[in-house]
Amino acid sequence: MEKPRKNPFSLQLRAEDFLPATEEEKSQQDQMRESVTFFKDGVRKLKKNVIAMICFWIIVTISLMAIFVPMIYPYSYNEQLGLEQFQSVDSSYSNLKPFQYGETELQRIEDGEKIFPHIFGTDSLGRDYFIRVVYGTRISLAVGFFASLLVLMIGLIYGSISGYAGGKTDLIMMRFVDIIYALPDMLIIILLAVVLKTTINIEGTILASLGTNMVSIFIVFGLLYWVGMARLIRGQILSVKEQEFVLAAKSIGASPFRIITKHLLPNCISVIIISTALQIPSAIFTESFLSFIGLGVSVPMPSLGSLANDALGGIVSYTYRLVIPSITIFLLVLSFNLFGDGLRDAFDPKLKN
Amino acid sequence: MIKYVSIYSILNNKGKIMDSKLVFYILKRLGLAILTIFLVITITFFAMNAIPGGPFLAERSPSPEVIAILEAKYGLDKPVGEQYINYLKGLISFDFGPSIKQRGREVIDIITEGFKNSAKIGGIAALLAVASGITLGSVAAIKRNKWADKTIMVASTAFVAMPSFIIATLLLILFCLEIPIFPARGDTFAGLILPIFALSLYPMSYITRLTRSSMLDVLGQDYIRTARAKGVEAKKVIYKHALKNALIAVITYIGPMIAYILTGSLVIEKIFSVPGLGRAFINSITNRDYTMIMGTTIFLATLVILMNLVTDILYKFVDPRIDFS
Repeated sequence: MEKPRKNPFSLQLRAEDFLPATEEEKSQQDQMRESVTFFKDGVRKLKKNVIAMICFWIIVTISLMAIFVPMIYPYSYNEQLGLEQFQSVDSSYSNLKPFQYGETELQRIEDGEKIFPHIFGTDSLGRDYFIRVVYGTRISLAVGFFASLLVLMIGLIYGSISGYAGGKTDLIMMRFVDIIYALPDMLIIILLAVVLKTTINIEGTILASLGTNMVSIFIVFGLLYWVGMARLIRGQILSVKEQEFVLAAKSIGASPFRIITKHLLPNCISVIIISTALQIPSAIFTESFLSFIGLGVSVPMPSLGSLANDALGGIVSYTYRLVIPSITIFLLVLSFNLFGDGLRDAFDPKLKN
Repeated sequence: MIKYVSIYSILNNKGKIMDSKLVFYILKRLGLAILTIFLVITITFFAMNAIPGGPFLAERSPSPEVIAILEAKYGLDKPVGEQYINYLKGLISFDFGPSIKQRGREVIDIITEGFKNSAKIGGIAALLAVASGITLGSVAAIKRNKWADKTIMVASTAFVAMPSFIIATLLLILFCLEIPIFPARGDTFAGLILPIFALSLYPMSYITRLTRSSMLDVLGQDYIRTARAKGVEAKKVIYKHALKNALIAVITYIGPMIAYILTGSLVIEKIFSVPGLGRAFINSITNRDYTMIMGTTIFLATLVILMNLVTDILYKFVDPRIDFS
């Protein structure tokens, strides 16, 4: 028997439409595979990149060593081993070759004591060279990291204001950037490092523990290197700010600050991260250059550049003292460069497909 | 779609390139360069003046009367503003004032003398870097993914990560002390070979990578396929069509390269004891020879800024696809 045809406009409800869904119907809603977000996709690509991953682990290993080894190592970076109170300096501790011991240490070993070896020997003042290299790496890494962070912050604020404001403001702000960009950076950095070393006074502030030279390095980085980042971020903001969702945000009355932080910057985050990562090796490079010409960190604090500079004194007999910090700089810079390239290949939306 | 115009056709149509946009661009860049040089002079002058103590306070400090006489002689007793105006006036006629630490010598004389040596090393290093960089880069691009390409890329990636002062010192140990082929002092011509090589390694590697990537980019363009399809010789395609366009990217690097070579020469001249401008600059920093630091910074900065200006204008001149906005 034929069912009476329902009037399509009838409000009469059909009971079977309201039955609970069967298991089979429910299973159709299940996600077979998690959806791949932009970030996950990038990480997956990055993991496939063997060179970038090797470099990543080299960076992690070196950083962890630089952070934790000084905590557990029996010698400290500024401890002169032959130096004891009320006694003349024991010169048998100076210029030890790798795995050699000083005279009193040999005595103690004969007495059955166990003494931690000087893996890379000691320097001309009798300081354990291994811990100086590790500590120097720590300083160089810290300078590279914090200088890049400083550059990122200044560039981020300046670039996003300039890009978002547009018009005359943008024009004037960018002319200013052009002028600083055209300054020969290294010369001005050397000049400022010379001047700041003698003029700034940080006694009694939280920065005092860093030393004047370190603070002046941060100042010169902050003053000069932000322009590249500011240009990049401005360009990114300009390319995003004409899109519809920004207009939508504006029309519901979002403030410029909210639009920049919530809508514009998250859309160019990958480019920002990539260029910050690539900024670190260049900061390490510059710091080692400054330290090498004697304008870097203050003694007795070592950095990789100043260790290389100190090694020049005994270059013929103690060549390894130059080679060790050199290899460390080389490894660090190379790994950061290649890992940065890997990041770009994985995360830069422009390179997609 | 980018419209392709060969370099030849542009250079022949002179009326077309020197349009008002380009003239405006050149004027704008010129104005910016002058402003930057002025800024460098101002920063240098006031930075040097901010150092307390003045140039005459050494360990064997002379008596206050002598200092007063010396300050009057060098015009340091006047207010800072007046000193600044006087310094600017002097600069217009290339007068950088006398050196404070090297008695009886003018800064400009020390600069010109040192620059002769530095320019020789720097010039040869730049030429070497450009010539070998372009060659290696093109070879790598043409032999893409073959062993030649891989070797070149590994080497150039490694050299980009090595600071020039370390390369220089290692070369010094290897070829002057261990296997003494070259003299360690850079006075003679044989002694200049190592500093030139050390100075050119980084820009050479950079240009190699730059040439390779832009060459690969060009080789994938449609007009290369067209040239090949119509039966142009393989060599001709490379030299006439691909290389010429790939080189445009290299031109942009000339300015930064000169800046790099100048700053690199600061340490390399010190390591190899080359009597050049870089060594004079480093020495003046250690001696606190203020007029010398100022003079050298201004001289080198002006050189870098002008080189960048020339590079940028040349770049726009050679590549008609760029707009001037």
